[in-house]
Amino acid sequence: MSKPVIEFTNFSFHYQAQSSPTLREMNLTIYEGEKILIIGPSGSGKSTIGHCLNGLVPFFYAGEISGSLKIFGKETKEESIFNLSSLVGTVLQDPDAQFIGLTAAEDIAFKLENQFVPQEELLDAVNRVAELVDLKEHLDSSPQDLSGGQKQRVAIAGSIIDDVRILLFDEPLANLDPATGKTAMELIDRIHKDAGKTTIIIEHRLEDVLHREVDRIVVIDEGRIVADLTPDELVSSNLLIDTGIREPLYLTALRYAGCTITPELKPKSIDTLNIEVSKMNLHSWYDNVTYTEEKQKNDVLLELKNVHFGYLKAQEIIKDISFKVNKGELISLIGKNGAGKSTLAKLICGFCLPTRGEILFKGENLKDQSIKERADHFGFVLQNPNQMISQTLVFDEVALGLKFRGVSPKEIEDQVFHALKICGLYELRKWPISALSFGQKKRVTIASVLVLGPKLILLDEPTAGQDYKHYNDIMEFLWNINQQGITIIMITHDMHLMLEYTNRAIVLSDGQKVVEDEPANILTDEEVIRLANLKETSLYQLAYKADFSDQRDFVKRFIHFDRRMRQR
Amino acid sequence: MKYKILSYIDLESPIHRLTGAAKLICLILWSLTTMITYDTRILVVMFTLGIIIFHFSKVEFRSISLVIYLFLLFLFINNIAIFIFEPMQGVKIYHTKHPIHHIIGHYTLTAEQLFYQANLTLKYFTIIPLALLFIVSTHPSEFAASLNKIGVSYRISYAVSLALRYIPDIQRDYQNIILAQQARGIDLSKKQKLTKKIRYASSILMPLIFSSLNRIETISAAMELRGFGSQKRRSWFHERPFTKSDYLAIMLSVLLFVISMLITFWDGSRFYNPFTYPAKGNF
Amino acid sequence: MNSKGLSIKTVVAIGIGAAVFIILSRFGSIPTGIPNTNVETSYAFLALMSLLYGPVAGLLIGLIGHTIKDAVFYGAPWFSWIISSGVVGLLIGLAASRINLQDGEFGGKAIISFNIIQVIANAVAWFLIAPTLDIVIYAEPANKVFIQGLVAGAANIVTVGVLGTLLAIAYAKTRTKKGSLTRDL
Ligand SMILES: Nc1ncnc2c1ncn2[C@@H]1O[C@H](COP(=O)(O)OP(=O)(O)OP(=O)(O)O)[C@@H](O)[C@H]1O
Ligand SMILES: Nc1ncnc2c1ncn2[C@@H]1O[C@H](COP(=O)(O)OP(=O)(O)OP(=O)(O)O)[C@@H](O)[C@H]1O
Ligand SMILES: [Mg+2]
Ligand SMILES: [Mg+2]
Repeated sequence: MSKPVIEFTNFSFHYQAQSSPTLREMNLTIYEGEKILIIGPSGSGKSTIGHCLNGLVPFFYAGEISGSLKIFGKETKEESIFNLSSLVGTVLQDPDAQFIGLTAAEDIAFKLENQFVPQEELLDAVNRVAELVDLKEHLDSSPQDLSGGQKQRVAIAGSIIDDVRILLFDEPLANLDPATGKTAMELIDRIHKDAGKTTIIIEHRLEDVLHREVDRIVVIDEGRIVADLTPDELVSSNLLIDTGIREPLYLTALRYAGCTITPELKPKSIDTLNIEVSKMNLHSWYDNVTYTEEKQKNDVLLELKNVHFGYLKAQEIIKDISFKVNKGELISLIGKNGAGKSTLAKLICGFCLPTRGEILFKGENLKDQSIKERADHFGFVLQNPNQMISQTLVFDEVALGLKFRGVSPKEIEDQVFHALKICGLYELRKWPISALSFGQKKRVTIASVLVLGPKLILLDEPTAGQDYKHYNDIMEFLWNINQQGITIIMITHDMHLMLEYTNRAIVLSDGQKVVEDEPANILTDEEVIRLANLKETSLYQLAYKADFSDQRDFVKRFIHFDRRMRQR
Repeated sequence: MKYKILSYIDLESPIHRLTGAAKLICLILWSLTTMITYDTRILVVMFTLGIIIFHFSKVEFRSISLVIYLFLLFLFINNIAIFIFEPMQGVKIYHTKHPIHHIIGHYTLTAEQLFYQANLTLKYFTIIPLALLFIVSTHPSEFAASLNKIGVSYRISYAVSLALRYIPDIQRDYQNIILAQQARGIDLSKKQKLTKKIRYASSILMPLIFSSLNRIETISAAMELRGFGSQKRRSWFHERPFTKSDYLAIMLSVLLFVISMLITFWDGSRFYNPFTYPAKGNF
Repeated sequence: MNSKGLSIKTVVAIGIGAAVFIILSRFGSIPTGIPNTNVETSYAFLALMSLLYGPVAGLLIGLIGHTIKDAVFYGAPWFSWIISSGVVGLLIGLAASRINLQDGEFGGKAIISFNIIQVIANAVAWFLIAPTLDIVIYAEPANKVFIQGLVAGAANIVTVGVLGTLLAIAYAKTRTKKGSLTRDL
């Protein structure tokens, strides 16, 4: 057994601001060269563990530590954040916040600059790591000109530039489109193997992380380690369901089919999975699931006709996009980072005006309607709730729109309470918004839009960075309001979401509409997948492995079965 | 909401080749000179120099024309204002009075006033070309390094770099916030009571402030993690070593500064006064 | 957190603060209806930042922000007013030691002392420093620059007094401890 590099022993941590400890009696040892995944529900303390390793705790976030945490045998609380940062390289979740240089090269060099390394060495070092993460041709680009994936590569390069021994990633996949996420995992894996660095990944998206080898998975719940298992053992247990972490989709399918999943089957990834024993059950399950294609009702609510747009005259972001949205539909808008999804939403809500083409609502052209007027039929929930929230208390925030409309206080109260109840925020109505988690803030913004009674709601990445529980809360309640007749368009990178909840998806790539189809068809079509940086669903691979002749139909049956299960 | 802002223009010219630090020193000396002196002869010389230098930089006029026009407008208004407030300022300064044309009341146009306002305008005309030139010929990344090089603490220098880095992001935030608030019924049109306008302003400022405070949190964490401030000094990726021409440029500006000061204060006044000489009396 | 020189947080606060100041002073000024006098929201923001991060931050946000703004939008820095912006930040920042906004304390007394200090700060900057420098540097007529200063100063006093106070109060509200929160059904 190689030597331990990280040792938690009866380690607890208590943030000053908190009423109770965030990490409790942790015992965990990580060995040189291991690759560890840390998962757990939101707020369970994953990032806090990361902070303890890189020294933000206790040197940046004040609090009380008890027990011991040793890195390379040194007690961290006696070290300094600077010494730790030369052992542990950290890649934070938000790529924009940690991109502090004016150019990629500068940002990569930042760590060495601070160590007062002579300039000529800087140049060599930057070229070396840029090679490693293949960013060579982007070294002079400014952050505004880089895609989410590229920014993340910059962050990785910047953290490995002074050969740290341990690499720490906090939610490296958040906000990345599926294909970019996949390549990110491959890159992390390559660095882990080539440089032999101990690697620790914090992530919600289990299935995507398991796309590559992982030695151990540590499950955190309410600041305690509830499991420390190999991937095979973990996914065979029911810990995932108990702690509210989404299991890989192909496993859900196997469970539905009544197969028993054991570590021996190597279920950690669809590639390693031994399917033979399960084939029988799968096929019989498949034959029993029946469904009827629900036909499109044709009552067009919103229509885009050859819409063009560009923030600058020079480059067009939206190129000749046309599509229809029917009343009561729940559709998703997907595509690679920077494809123009958010921009399209802004166009519909009148945040920007098309350079060409027209947008029709119930057949009438919207071009002369102000943002305010459009807000009467459209509600837009931005990607970043902090850009929407302008009040300090939950109630006031939700009430604001009605106040502006001059609704009577009594009515305001009724409507706001109603909206808060739908969004499960009623009990928090008197709370300051600053005390809410990201997911709760997101729901506040949804409530503040709902209360204005829109016919159509656009949501930009409603579930980004949410754990499975909040994901379900949000999606279930969106599903419900959709059942009540509100049309919903969702921008998302989450293929599960698209499959499970939406009947139709519009796929964008570089500002153009690639296709418009049923999710099941999209995620089983190599061409579309390649064009739009998507990722084919593991269900498809499962169906293939279990030699179903019509894999697409297998996926469809799964979806319908799954929805029926949920409606119970 | 797209506004053209002045920014680096990548060109191959002697001016661009100078290091930011050298240019900064020159600019500072140059501004000091123009600020202190009121000596017409020096100002004229410097103005011509400025034009010549600008010409060498290969920067086309139209890439900065917009700013220039804005500035001319400002100068015009300012001049009018000065005349309205103090038509005799020139007389006060030059201690003589050569009326040219009586307008109304105590508003009389005098040669002194003309001359004084001409000088004032000239002062700006001598600063503008080089100030602009500095902005369009210095890469922002090099700018922070330059500040540090001329003795500003690297922490403050880096704060400047951060400001330049995040202006576009914050402008984008600001746009989204305004639009999002409009979508919720804020009416930002001109015709609004001031009290309302201010209420609205606060509901636009709050999101901007909170997202900015979040930014400050995460960015400082990120900088902590990469060892900012751990050493007495730091190196700069984009720093450039001084060359002969840099030293030359600095020496020239020092020279210019000294000479101008000598000439300016030769007669003990910063104003060059053509009026006291009988020869020029009928100016 | 950091003994030698400014703390990292202050450095970042200065950088981001300056950036926001620039954006606000370019796009965020509200015409009052009175010719060329605007409600400059950027100064309300500057006041808040000075309260939160202290005099040095206030001074530098003012200086850096105003300089870059002048440079990139108008081509030439207007030194007298740049310095005044710095002074406003500096003086209001001095109040930070008495007003403990970070911990959410911004009650009646704090509001009053904040406003006293902001009035002094703006008065010193716009009634005194700016005009004096204008006279010294540009030899502009005294009565012109003093009237300019008076107008601008008065506008800023009102702006910071109203908007700045509102912002500070709102900010204080957000600082309530999580422990103190209960779900009411
Ligand atoms: N700086 C801080 N000060 C006080 N409390 C904090 C701080 N950071 C986090 N917490 C609290 O500690 C708990 C764990 O937070 P943490 O960010 O570690 O959760 P997480 O598992 O990373 O969640 P997520 O998956 O949403 O990122 C939460 O209740 C959070 O409110
Ligand atoms: N306000 C803006 N000004 C200029 N360019 C912008 C602006 N907003 C976005 N862009 C650019 O437009 C392109 C599309 O951006 P958009 O946010 O619509 O992509 P997206 O599909 O939402 O990406 P993501 O999935 O990462 O959110 C990007 O290249 C982006 O840099
Ligand atoms: Mg986290
Ligand atoms: Mg987007």
